[in-house]
Amino acid sequence: MKEIILVKYGEIILKGGNRSRFENVLMDNIRNAVKNIDNIKMNIMQATIYVEPDDPEKIDLICERLALVFGIVSVTKAGVVEKDIEKIKEFAYEYCKNDLLPGKKFKVEAKRADKKFPYNSMEIGQEVGGYLDDVCEGITCDVHNPDVTVKVEIRDYAAYVYCVENKLIGQGGMPIGTGSKATLLLSGGIDSPVAGHMIAKRGVEIDAINFFSFPYTSERAKEKVVELASILARYTSKINLYIVPFTEIQLAIRDNCPEEHMTLIMRRFMMKISEKIAIKNKSIALITGESVGQVASQTLAALNVTNSVVDMPVLRPLIGMDKREIIDRSREIGAFETSILPYEDCCTVFTPKHPTTNPKLHTIIKSESKLDVDALIEKAIEGVEKITVYPNLI
Amino acid sequence: MIYLDNASTTKPSSGVIDAISDALNNFGNPSSMHRLGIDAENIIKKAKENASKILSVSPNNIYFTSGGTESNNTAIFGACHANIKKGKHIITSKIEHPSVLTPFKMLEEEGFEVSYIGTDENGILDLEEFENELREDTIFVSIMLVNNETGAIMPVDKLKPIMKKKSPKALLHIDAVQGFGKVLLKPKQWGVDLLSASGHKIHAIKGTGLLYINDNVLIKPFICGGGQQKNMRSGTENVVGISAFSKACEEICNYNAEYVRNLREKLKNGILENIDRVKINEAVSEYQAGHILNVSFLGLRSEILLHSLEMHQIYVSTGSACSTNKPMPSHVLSAIGCSAEEIDSAIRFSFSEDITDEDIDKTIEALIKEVATIRKYVRK
Repeated sequence: MKEIILVKYGEIILKGGNRSRFENVLMDNIRNAVKNIDNIKMNIMQATIYVEPDDPEKIDLICERLALVFGIVSVTKAGVVEKDIEKIKEFAYEYCKNDLLPGKKFKVEAKRADKKFPYNSMEIGQEVGGYLDDVCEGITCDVHNPDVTVKVEIRDYAAYVYCVENKLIGQGGMPIGTGSKATLLLSGGIDSPVAGHMIAKRGVEIDAINFFSFPYTSERAKEKVVELASILARYTSKINLYIVPFTEIQLAIRDNCPEEHMTLIMRRFMMKISEKIAIKNKSIALITGESVGQVASQTLAALNVTNSVVDMPVLRPLIGMDKREIIDRSREIGAFETSILPYEDCCTVFTPKHPTTNPKLHTIIKSESKLDVDALIEKAIEGVEKITVYPNLI
Repeated sequence: MIYLDNASTTKPSSGVIDAISDALNNFGNPSSMHRLGIDAENIIKKAKENASKILSVSPNNIYFTSGGTESNNTAIFGACHANIKKGKHIITSKIEHPSVLTPFKMLEEEGFEVSYIGTDENGILDLEEFENELREDTIFVSIMLVNNETGAIMPVDKLKPIMKKKSPKALLHIDAVQGFGKVLLKPKQWGVDLLSASGHKIHAIKGTGLLYINDNVLIKPFICGGGQQKNMRSGTENVVGISAFSKACEEICNYNAEYVRNLREKLKNGILENIDRVKINEAVSEYQAGHILNVSFLGLRSEILLHSLEMHQIYVSTGSACSTNKPMPSHVLSAIGCSAEEIDSAIRFSFSEDITDEDIDKTIEALIKEVATIRKYVRK
């Protein structure tokens, strides 16, 4: 018996004249996502990509992996059978009998893309449904509330049979590589990986930046950030992570600026440094995990102060989300358990007792003016360490 | 590099590394009938002799395990399950290692009654409380020899005489992982029934440990299979690890406890003379092991100091290394009555004979500098 994978994609279909470019990028991403598992053959027909692995044993692993590729709406393993109504019936029984157990309600849905096939969709449904009703014990047909939906698709070269309930839901979104590049400020927390995932899902390639304050934060905190990047890389195939030495800047702020402005001045440094690294690496936007009002440095007034230091657009996909919603997303993308490991990130060590929540831009600029900002930034950028992070999957 | 984290693990000695490479060439299975098997078996025999010399016991009472945790688990579960008909009350202390406390918690869930004995403010087991908790149906007692965080030596020599009066059926287990080879240890004389030790704390390698089981002590094996080691610990023996352990036992016989204690005193005095707001968490000198020094540097968080010392290539620990993944305050320091601030700022220095006076000078110098910097920058 031969099996293939039917990959359905969503929004790309709407892309008109650009559609084939999007499809090609998606196929490249599919090949890349499974390259460590197996070689595959791919065909694209009628808004479906047909994926056939060289090794039939690898098919389930490949399905799981494809469910992580942006742009894919669903992934279905299907059996392949000759376009002959009798063979289709018998095959439908063989292929779905483990799902058609006594007591189950089922229906057959047929789709005839090849109009030369002598039975129309309705007739295929009746033929196959009638046969299954006869051969499977204890099942009943129920077209309104089925437990099992057996799908039969008649395509150009063959017929495909599968149970709809076994379909894997994909990530949706757009294929990475169709939407330029942005740079994510990746802390060790819950929010920033979620923000990165949301923007990458729209087809944007992602670089990441982390600010590292050894010895005030530990090597383990850095390893945690690498781990978070590798979780994101499951979806994006790889991530370039830039580690910026930040201790000297923090100590300089601590020595020279009012304590209550510490966090905001620190955030302004982070934004400025990130923008410079982004430009160097051909990113055209920054991404942060900020959400209005979550902490003192994320009130609208504070965002105004930190935003005004950069020219590039700053994408804040979590801006209107509650912490609870962000945590749910973090769990969905598999980052939560790592995000809550207890190593401190650089934001928490130097937190002032009473940070300003309603800062004025000119006050902060005045506090900041005691520092040689350009020299500090230049020095930090000289010390940047680049790590290319790959997915932590086989 | 100045490695002051020897209570976490120690660097394998060059003698141990040679022993390992020799043993790798002796790859036979000790259970094989042929020459190679016999050669491997002889390595194990020799290792039992070397280990038994440290304890002044018969080599026949030594069993090799995968480490201190397995030895503790085997002793605790093995003795309690084998003697369940004699009683269901067992005793340990509040300051044991997790590899003792966790099995006790599990036994508690199984229906055993557990008494957890506290300590005085110096971290020494409260013998009066111990005596009061002993009952007719007490079947098992487990107490550590040296506390891994403070280096306090427990009065394990005084336990059996008290137990004989009130709980004649009770077995005594000593977790000697932190003291083995380094402090006085006379299991026979003290009436110890079971004793655990670990290889990697005495310059052997990780994955090696031993359990001493006195004659006529009945315990249930914890790992079952091919019947190796008189059916007490199945599994093909880790010949390489055992030969490393064997060599380390040989070498630790020449342990210069006084030299190590002097290093500790030098560091302690250096800290007290040069840094204000510190507290030494220790026992009176006769009950204090010479290889561990626990100090609270008030007004800072110990993890930051640890990383600052790391920049000088000085390696220390906060609390005990086994629980670093958990953001929990040390149960040992809480049990001996340290305040939250003292626990938060506690650093453990642990010594070996490789450390020199000069290393201690450098450490004091680095501490003076880094403690001042951190206290300046970080708000508590």
